[in-house]
Amino acid sequence: MSLLQIAEPGQSTAPHQHKLSAGIDLGTTNSLVASVRSGKAQILTDSQGNALIPSIVHFGAERTLVGTQAQELESSDPLNTLSSIKRLMGRGIEDIKQLGDNLPYQFVGDADSKVPRIKTSAGNFTAVEVSADILKVLANRARESLGGELTGVVITVPAYFDDAQRQATRDAARLADLNVFRLLNEPTAAAVAYGLDQNNDGVIAVYDLGGGTFDISILRLHKGVFEVLATGGDSALGGDDMDHAIGEWIISEAGFKNVDAFLSRKIMVAARQVKESLTNNAFTDILIENGDLTWQGQLSRIQFEELIKPLVKKTITSCRRVLRDAKLDKLEITEVVMVGGSTRVPLVSQMAGEFFDRKPMSDLDPDQVVAIGAAIQADILAGNKADDSMLLLDVLPLSLGIETMGGLSEKIISRNTAIPVARAQEFTTFKDGQTSMAIHVVQGERELVSDCRSLARFDLRGFPPMTAGAARIRVTYQVDADGLMSVKAEELTSGVQADIVVKPSYGLTDGEIEVMLKASMENAKADIAIRMLKEQQVEARRVIEAIDAALIIDGEFLLSAEEFNQIKQDRDMLEKEIETADTETLKQLIKSVEKSSETYVARRMNASVKQVLEGKQIDEVEIN
Amino acid sequence: MAIQLTDVAANRVQNFLANRGKGIGLRLGVKTTGCSGMAYVLEFVDEIQNDDEVFESKGVKVIIDQKSLLFLDGTEVDFGKDGLNEGFKFTNPNAKDECGCGESFTV
Repeated sequence: MSLLQIAEPGQSTAPHQHKLSAGIDLGTTNSLVASVRSGKAQILTDSQGNALIPSIVHFGAERTLVGTQAQELESSDPLNTLSSIKRLMGRGIEDIKQLGDNLPYQFVGDADSKVPRIKTSAGNFTAVEVSADILKVLANRARESLGGELTGVVITVPAYFDDAQRQATRDAARLADLNVFRLLNEPTAAAVAYGLDQNNDGVIAVYDLGGGTFDISILRLHKGVFEVLATGGDSALGGDDMDHAIGEWIISEAGFKNVDAFLSRKIMVAARQVKESLTNNAFTDILIENGDLTWQGQLSRIQFEELIKPLVKKTITSCRRVLRDAKLDKLEITEVVMVGGSTRVPLVSQMAGEFFDRKPMSDLDPDQVVAIGAAIQADILAGNKADDSMLLLDVLPLSLGIETMGGLSEKIISRNTAIPVARAQEFTTFKDGQTSMAIHVVQGERELVSDCRSLARFDLRGFPPMTAGAARIRVTYQVDADGLMSVKAEELTSGVQADIVVKPSYGLTDGEIEVMLKASMENAKADIAIRMLKEQQVEARRVIEAIDAALIIDGEFLLSAEEFNQIKQDRDMLEKEIETADTETLKQLIKSVEKSSETYVARRMNASVKQVLEGKQIDEVEIN
Repeated sequence: MAIQLTDVAANRVQNFLANRGKGIGLRLGVKTTGCSGMAYVLEFVDEIQNDDEVFESKGVKVIIDQKSLLFLDGTEVDFGKDGLNEGFKFTNPNAKDECGCGESFTV
């Protein structure tokens, strides 16, 4: 007997055609899956009622375990038990080296791919494959709970995830055989869970304090479109640090000496319980028993708050910084949303509330709010809502540009453009007879390509040779609803074209996305100056190219020796100074070449007109 | 002519309606589709139509169009679990045969 769900009016489906969907919060520490049933978004639990699946995968000799079972093997078999894999998504070997030595895994570099693999006794796995294993478990839970195949899922990613990390997440979903409707920014999902997308306008601060990370995002909602104004945080600050603070307090209070790993683990478990208990109680008793050592004590909430105050203050400092980045006054924030289990600690929501001067929204379970928001989106995207339901849009976090001559980045789609979007721009050739063009796709706000992030390179080849500037090459950037892009280049006179789907190169170091935005503001002036210099250098090279080409054809024929030498002298002077002169000098040098060749240009013009007209009757001349 | 909801089902429907924030009741119906001829419809109701009959069962308004009522009279709607899956179940005395999954039936 099948079990039916209540549908929206007029949205009942034919039998076996349910549009089942799920929202997935693929977290660093824990993952969740949620779905909308009978109009209500709920977290899907396992048969024991557990909502959270630890994002841990154990690769055993015989089988792969995911979640709690894998977690149990973490201390006994650390090399084959992979956790916090999200930190490695979309990262290259170089990036991982920079993440530090705190990763216990052995990485295997692949000669022909830049994707690092983690060595386990069951084989070498990429972060994408490990994530796919977690996704499979989540999807299976959804299939079992919903009683059918999923039409599609929405997976959440941090707002600061770049294209490479987003692409990696998508790849993982594909490996897990899931159709991804969309990737949704985590803070946006939290705002959706609270129904904030139903408001028209507002500025929302999403304060996300998890087990090991803190993220603060400022979103602007305008006509149903969420725009990420700024993100910030601390990738090594969370509830675990609170546990440590309590743990250290216990050790000093109890006077434990020579704390071994076993005792340390015991203390941490106790510390965690103490923290959780103090959410609802003013005091809590602590009992540590370790062999013949026994210690009993009591911690009050006030003492606890003293212990963790420095940690919470750090988050407030991040909040202040992110507001400054967003160029907002805190009075402009209309809502504050709390996400992450650690926001249950009363001091956290109290201090966040005091800072933003409003009561934070915390009615929903902070561990579940992101998955709930994703489930609501997935339900809409699966088509279970009436047509007038709003479809949530997202915006690009960083501008997408193309490299032009001189190593400059020309932005084709600017930051904060609502996606999906397609934009085209025309470019031309630089040299006479040029038959191919390299297209270099970059991401970032800076003026120089070297300061931006390289996403992809490809060549448009085989268009007919033409004079410099005659070819018309249209480059189209298209970004789909997930923030993933495809690029097409077409030479319009010949129709030659090439395109790629961006397989981003993995080259971004930790936190750089956030840094990139800041750097573009800080360096705006210097960047513009460099841009102007580079543009003059490009112009200078173009002038030299043109003069050289002309002189070979008819220089000696049209010019006196004196004129020829003058032009040559100015041209050589320009060439000599090209790399060293400043913008203004370069401009002057270009001018003097143009000036000394003025008569030459006029004579060339006359000569070519004469050539066209010579020996023809007036009515034979076609006038275009 | 009557339709019954079990206590659990009535409770759930009220819960879902409250969560949805609008809607006056639960629509039951049949459509002629599916592998065995007819399929059940289960929807929220925002507006009552002209040919609708309205029943009340355990405090929940149950709305059925007259045509569907012919095939649903005497049906009991329950809410149950099957493993991790949960949802509404129809026990329909009019149904002679059901498809394997129970989503569609013949009379």
